[in-house]
Amino acid sequence: MATELSHVLDHIEKIRELDLEGVPPTSHVIDVVNALRADEPEPSLPREVILAAAPERINDGFGVPTPGAA
Amino acid sequence: MSELTDLTAAAAAERIRAREIAPAELFEAYRARAAANDLNAYTWVADAPPPDDGSAQAPLAGVPVAVKDLFCTEGVPSQSGSKILEGYRPPYTATVVAKLAQAGAPLLGKTNQDEFAMGSSNENSGFGPVLNPWDRSRVPGGSSGGSAAAVAAGLAPWAIGTDTGGSIRQPAALCGIVGLKPTYGACSRYGMIAFASSLDQAGPLTRDVTDAALILRHTIGRDRHDSTSLEFPGEIALPQAEDLKGIRLGVPEELTGAEGGIEPGVHENYNAIIALAEGLGATVEPCRLEHAPHALSAYYLIAPAEASANLARFDGVRYGLRVDGDADLITMYSRTRNAGFGPEVKRRIMLGTYALSSGYYDAYYGTAQKVRTKIAEDFHTAFERFDFIVTPTSPWTAFELGSKTADPLAMYLNDFMTVPMSLAGIPAISIPSGLSEGLPVGFQLAGPAFSESRLLDAAYALERAIGFDGSEARG
Repeated sequence: MATELSHVLDHIEKIRELDLEGVPPTSHVIDVVNALRADEPEPSLPREVILAAAPERINDGFGVPTPGAA
Repeated sequence: MSELTDLTAAAAAERIRAREIAPAELFEAYRARAAANDLNAYTWVADAPPPDDGSAQAPLAGVPVAVKDLFCTEGVPSQSGSKILEGYRPPYTATVVAKLAQAGAPLLGKTNQDEFAMGSSNENSGFGPVLNPWDRSRVPGGSSGGSAAAVAAGLAPWAIGTDTGGSIRQPAALCGIVGLKPTYGACSRYGMIAFASSLDQAGPLTRDVTDAALILRHTIGRDRHDSTSLEFPGEIALPQAEDLKGIRLGVPEELTGAEGGIEPGVHENYNAIIALAEGLGATVEPCRLEHAPHALSAYYLIAPAEASANLARFDGVRYGLRVDGDADLITMYSRTRNAGFGPEVKRRIMLGTYALSSGYYDAYYGTAQKVRTKIAEDFHTAFERFDFIVTPTSPWTAFELGSKTADPLAMYLNDFMTVPMSLAGIPAISIPSGLSEGLPVGFQLAGPAFSESRLLDAAYALERAIGFDGSEARG
């Protein structure tokens, strides 16, 4: 995989040959100024529904192994 | 009466409205074909028609739709082609799928795809490759390969997919159907399992241009759940143009010249369609897209960078796969991700993480975003003189399974002519334009942001003149 990635990077490197002095980087591709919406509370999905998909559940939360136990 | 599954979606809707067929009858005809399919086009098929809820009276008349696996569908497997999400059933439905259901197009099934939409051949799916109905030894294209194969083979009346760098247009071309990537923001991304958020866009894969217009009409619009979605200016009109009088088409030398490596048969077809367009009244002239040849490089920095961030959420904690980590959190993360992601996804996460890393950010990601600005400017300038830019959709027709898997870069070149439009956020459509050595070829038209109605009109006029017959793939 390292060889494949180097091969891909060699190809990508070509863009560094372009003169891009003073060109602004794209932040959003369609011209929009701001995206605001009314701050209206709405119900969230029920906790039981969300926890149903968890690989491990402990009481009302997601269960995870202790960080840094090893 | 012809076979139900030979009708376009619009024609089937007509029959339903005329009470010649019942929605449940149409659903069952497709459901049976989809369930029995040997193309591996589906990852899930509905087991019965939905209850009669009056959808025959809705605009889409109950004509069912096949949906790419990465759209979240409540209670129905939504795996984005990945083992890390195997069996995942989300608690909510993507806006676009909900809008289609509301308009009278119920869910027929979920279609196979490249894992997290990363690929151009559908060989990166965690659930096996999809076969091309024109030749089962060949790929259907990707990443929306299941949707394209299903529509081409008559396993679905129509389908939706997503396009990040060509993932609707390229498989549509390789399977001989119509594929449309709308303007960025035209359709809500809410509930689409994200790949590259600044590029991902939902769109139709259909038998003809009219069907594509119908799906688009009912999926566009601002959604409060996606702050990048936009109010589409105006309605999507059903296409009706009979000619191309007054239409100016631009041929970009940078994309259609030697560098793209276009196969002779594809090039020949492209030239024939250009001549046909001229016969319909269009003027055709060369145009410049100076930075377009660098689009692929910029894309393979921007898309992996965004993917590396988006895919951080798959960590074995809230949903999906978890592999035991001997009671250690970091070990659990790394084992889960190592077992759950396929090689192409790992490759792109590493590439993206590298492009965003401290010390390389400006040189890679920053430079790519500047190139993106130049590519968008090139299109903007070109559209002052031209209505549409036209290219072949893919440099080649459907290739043999396994023939490009050893060389990621060769695979990436599939997208040479579709990626520039993605980076610029503009709409583009691929229509079937004939056969080369028995395999479908696609012709791409791209227009300015929000020009979808005009784009569909031009595609419709060409479609009528080409008279492509896709019935062979339906068997």
